[in-house]
Amino acid sequence: MHAFQYHRPTSSKEAIGLAGQKAEGRYLAGGQSLVQAMKLRLSSPSDLIDLGTIKELAGVKVSGSAVEIGAMTRHAEVAASAEVKRAIPSLAAMAGMIGDRQVRHMGTIGGSLANNDPAADYPAAVLALNATVTTNKRKIGADQYFKGLYETALEPSELITAVSFQVPKRGAYMKFKNPASRFALVGVFVADFGSGNVRVGVTGAGPSAFRQTEMEKALSAKFAPEAVAAIKVKPDGLNNDLHASPEYRAHLITVMCKRAVEQALK
Amino acid sequence: MTTSLIGARVPRKEDYRFLTGAGQYTDDVALAGQTYAAFVRSPHAHANIRRVSTDKAKRAPGVIAVYTGADLAAAKVGGLPCGWLITDVKGQPMKEPPYPVLAQGKVRHVGERVAVVVAESAAQARDAAELVEVDYQPLPAVASAAKARSSGAIHEIAPDNVCYVWALGDKSAVDAAFAKAAHVTKLEFVNNRLIPNAIEPRAVNAVYSRADDSTTLYVASQNPHVERLLMTAFVLGLPENKVRVVAPDVGGGFGSKIYLYAEDVACTWAARQLARPVKWTADRSEAFLSDAHGRDHLTVAELALDKDGKFLAMRVRTTANLGAYLSTFASCIPTILYATLLAGQYTTPVIYCEVTAVFTNTTPVDAYRGAGRPEATYVVERLVETAAREMKVEPAELRRKNFIRQFPYQTPVALCYDTGNYEATLEAAMKIADVAGFKDRREQSLRRGKLRGLGYACYIEACGIAPSNVAGSLGARAGLYEAGEVRVHPTGTVTVFTGSHAHGQGHETTFAQVVADRLGLGMEQVDIVHGDTSKILFGMGTYGSRSIAVGGTAIVKALDKVIAKGKKIAAHLLEASEGDIEYDKGVFKVAGTDKKKTFGEVAFAAYVPHNYPLDKLEPGLNENAFYDPTNFTFPAGSYVCEVEVDRETGATQIVGFTAVDDFGRVINPMIVEGQVHGGLAQGIGQALTEGCAYDDTGQLITGSLADYCIPRANDLPLFKLDMRETPCTHNPLGVKGCGEAGAIGAPAAVMNAITDALGVKDVPMPATAQNVWRAMHRA
Amino acid sequence: MSVRVSMKVNGKPVSADIEERTLLVSFIRENLRLTGTHVGCDTAQCGACTVHLNGKAIKSCSIVAMQAEGADILTIEAVAHPDGTLHPMQAAFKENHGLQCGFCTPGMVMNALDFASSHPNPSEQEVRESLEGNLCRCTGYHNIVKSIMAGARAMAAAK
Repeated sequence: MHAFQYHRPTSSKEAIGLAGQKAEGRYLAGGQSLVQAMKLRLSSPSDLIDLGTIKELAGVKVSGSAVEIGAMTRHAEVAASAEVKRAIPSLAAMAGMIGDRQVRHMGTIGGSLANNDPAADYPAAVLALNATVTTNKRKIGADQYFKGLYETALEPSELITAVSFQVPKRGAYMKFKNPASRFALVGVFVADFGSGNVRVGVTGAGPSAFRQTEMEKALSAKFAPEAVAAIKVKPDGLNNDLHASPEYRAHLITVMCKRAVEQALK
Repeated sequence: MTTSLIGARVPRKEDYRFLTGAGQYTDDVALAGQTYAAFVRSPHAHANIRRVSTDKAKRAPGVIAVYTGADLAAAKVGGLPCGWLITDVKGQPMKEPPYPVLAQGKVRHVGERVAVVVAESAAQARDAAELVEVDYQPLPAVASAAKARSSGAIHEIAPDNVCYVWALGDKSAVDAAFAKAAHVTKLEFVNNRLIPNAIEPRAVNAVYSRADDSTTLYVASQNPHVERLLMTAFVLGLPENKVRVVAPDVGGGFGSKIYLYAEDVACTWAARQLARPVKWTADRSEAFLSDAHGRDHLTVAELALDKDGKFLAMRVRTTANLGAYLSTFASCIPTILYATLLAGQYTTPVIYCEVTAVFTNTTPVDAYRGAGRPEATYVVERLVETAAREMKVEPAELRRKNFIRQFPYQTPVALCYDTGNYEATLEAAMKIADVAGFKDRREQSLRRGKLRGLGYACYIEACGIAPSNVAGSLGARAGLYEAGEVRVHPTGTVTVFTGSHAHGQGHETTFAQVVADRLGLGMEQVDIVHGDTSKILFGMGTYGSRSIAVGGTAIVKALDKVIAKGKKIAAHLLEASEGDIEYDKGVFKVAGTDKKKTFGEVAFAAYVPHNYPLDKLEPGLNENAFYDPTNFTFPAGSYVCEVEVDRETGATQIVGFTAVDDFGRVINPMIVEGQVHGGLAQGIGQALTEGCAYDDTGQLITGSLADYCIPRANDLPLFKLDMRETPCTHNPLGVKGCGEAGAIGAPAAVMNAITDALGVKDVPMPATAQNVWRAMHRA
Repeated sequence: MSVRVSMKVNGKPVSADIEERTLLVSFIRENLRLTGTHVGCDTAQCGACTVHLNGKAIKSCSIVAMQAEGADILTIEAVAHPDGTLHPMQAAFKENHGLQCGFCTPGMVMNALDFASSHPNPSEQEVRESLEGNLCRCTGYHNIVKSIMAGARAMAAAK
């Protein structure tokens, strides 16, 4: 890890102010990706602005149609939250599949979304649950948020403060894990909002999470596994690595989507 | 002899320190004036080095010194030696290129050491290492064994990149047998390259004392004496008596910590230059690049059978990837420890095996748990299972038809098995695995959309390479005995010093059981000491499942000497003749009387020799012994694996794994079972999840645990274990060794199960979900 | 540049001037010389560095020490009873031969303690899933799984 300066602001305002002054600085949320990258010297920020003690950034709020999760809420808190489990059980279940127990105790939703790892789980949920990413400046719709490999709509020093998920009628997340890293080789989040409104978010398969519109259309017509079982996803543009070719990933999208629907119907 | 402790599930003596955080691993050793080393490593698989500039690094904060290959060459530091000379088919010695500690003008694999920085802190050393400027001229590289011969030379001495072509067996007899065979089964496969990944990374801490011109090296090693011998005699030219090597608690080895590594030498040399302790601990990324890898064979194997399924002959051609340099025991793994095992448990009358060992631009390859024997078992057991399927015979039946049943048995590939009962382990395994009920389970799985398969592997291994003179005639450059010393203290407690090293195997318990049992003492009265050349008279270390068979026997021989001397002392004390003294359960008795002296009383008399036959006998009670076995030991067993394959994703789950082993006599079944569990996990890892991958330019793709998958808890089942005992006939304990069995037998069992589930001839290892999915779609 | 960090480790307040880039695990091992917490990888897979931060198992290699400012840290050294008697989870590892080389063991025990506090009678499958963040190369997990199941029950019984 290269040397850096450490800051511990006590409010969002102070954090944003610091970030504005430090061009090569980074916000530090849980650190489960950033600290790893810094250890391998793949990332070398000049300054770390630790958000860990900013109380206003953590917590879960449920209104009738939405679940709002503070940016610094840990994955384990989302997974265990009675409110989240009641409102969007599939979201709580998804949070419980991220990384491992220890990682879930530190990792945060804001950190995950700001990083936008192509194989992270939350992006699939954000897309499928038509979430809104709230920052210090604005609200960003799910469809506008993900821009590419590790790229988001966030501007320099813009800070995610919360993420608001729409409550679906039913939904489920199915993850086929990379056996080594335990990230998603392919993860598919299916959410049925009723009245023919189904959204399908896919992670792990491409450079950034995306919606699978062909499946959305089929499921909107009929929310049943067989509606998607025969859909052949095109491998073009999908990730290619040691663990899965684009063809295999394309195939897994169909299988995971089908299984997510089965799960959602249970 | 009393047998109360032999076969007892005694909880381990070493557990308390490990469970409370009190273990002392190499990186835990902190010395006054400690400095830290960081290595500059080649990012290229093959390149000439035009220039190395260390000026900026030397000026960086905290830097004490920066050394390059030129510094070591100027100091006449030698290259790393290879411990086994293979003679090729033409009677020529293998090609032995120099293996420099720091690169000399050329790098030959990614991760090769170019320079070393020593600094006041580990972070400063790392920072400064980034400032060493190396001007590389990249050269074409080759990573795969298949392409090695047609690629540019990696070493001048080996223009075609061939280290040796070696063969064993009667080729013309084998060819003749194939010509008249009713059936020939042929398979071509890769035995995948593995990266050992002991959870403790390698570590070194070297310290020089000007007071007596001595050097102490703390190192995560499986064999400290061999490390010292190689380093002093061949590399640094130091007097052996001035070097102490300590291998304290070591967090797993699996072969990877047998060897003398360049980092060990560089830190030791640097510590002597600087007169300050120099520590280096690999991070996992460095471990991936610099720990010796295992396996990596490309093999074409054929089995000839007559119409009744009797094996007539086996013919095997293997290309073995040695990596860029010859690691310490690299040369004997794909030869002496491989081809000699190709008879397996069967009476195949003639066998021919030819091995071409090649250099590539990859990390050196050496012994990894099993070392040659997993590769051999994979050849034999994949061939046998495939032949059975092709000939529509039950795989177990085909095996039974060809089992060796008379012992001793001389194989056509040099080994002589002393004992075994292969039918017994197979029968037990089939019963425990409920092979009879498999068809029903297969139906049930199918109804759930899963393909179920069952596979066997009946393995044999050869442990405790021996005897030394035979090994020497085959090219070994070291002896293969073990040493033990039994020091009885005046109060009757005992410290035993063994040349075997434990890095998870539990020797402190198992060996103490042997000693306490033989002397009739309590476990708490016996301590086992290992891993320090200043305490232990000598040792060849731990590898090849040799510790109990060779190291344990050396201790028994020393114990026998202790008892013999004790009888002389007791005879004097009891005023009886030595021949009338019996020793049992800690008491020396005059036979047929109630006259006796306890072990403690005799020990006390030996050290306070007031009433003692000083004219005939030296005081003290301290004996040592060296033991050089007369033969290998031959553990064997039968494994049955059952898998379920997800038809949609190709994901494979092990749903049942039965292992019935014959390790001869078992001292501590709890520990032995643990060894089997661990071996199975590594064998299953090879079959399902682990595969080292290089790209065509020689870059390591699986360079971290985020890409190289060692099995997790959820990848493995609870194992069903049992044992059958045919005691080894040529050591006093009747023991054979158990450390590698699981890793040897498991890959073939798993792959036989997967190919059975899919109904295909072969699936490449590792059978990842993607590989299985592809195999299903090819079929 | 150095900064001051303070926290409670094993019940005792500790503080030190450290480089900002010091990982929590380095602070524990090198500044405090509590070497029972181990480092087995650099990509957060192995879990050998697991400690408790405010009662939760975390990987001490994955945060900088400054992130633990003011926190309560528990390491393997303080798990046994002060008189040296093993904690029921440690005792279960010993009885079930849940360790071999011992290197992954502190992380296994620390994770298991946290897991068992909310799973008094876990199933084999639950235990296996709880070990997603801990690697062992020696035991094949067989006896670790048995140890944790037994240890969790013993902890529940001791309550």
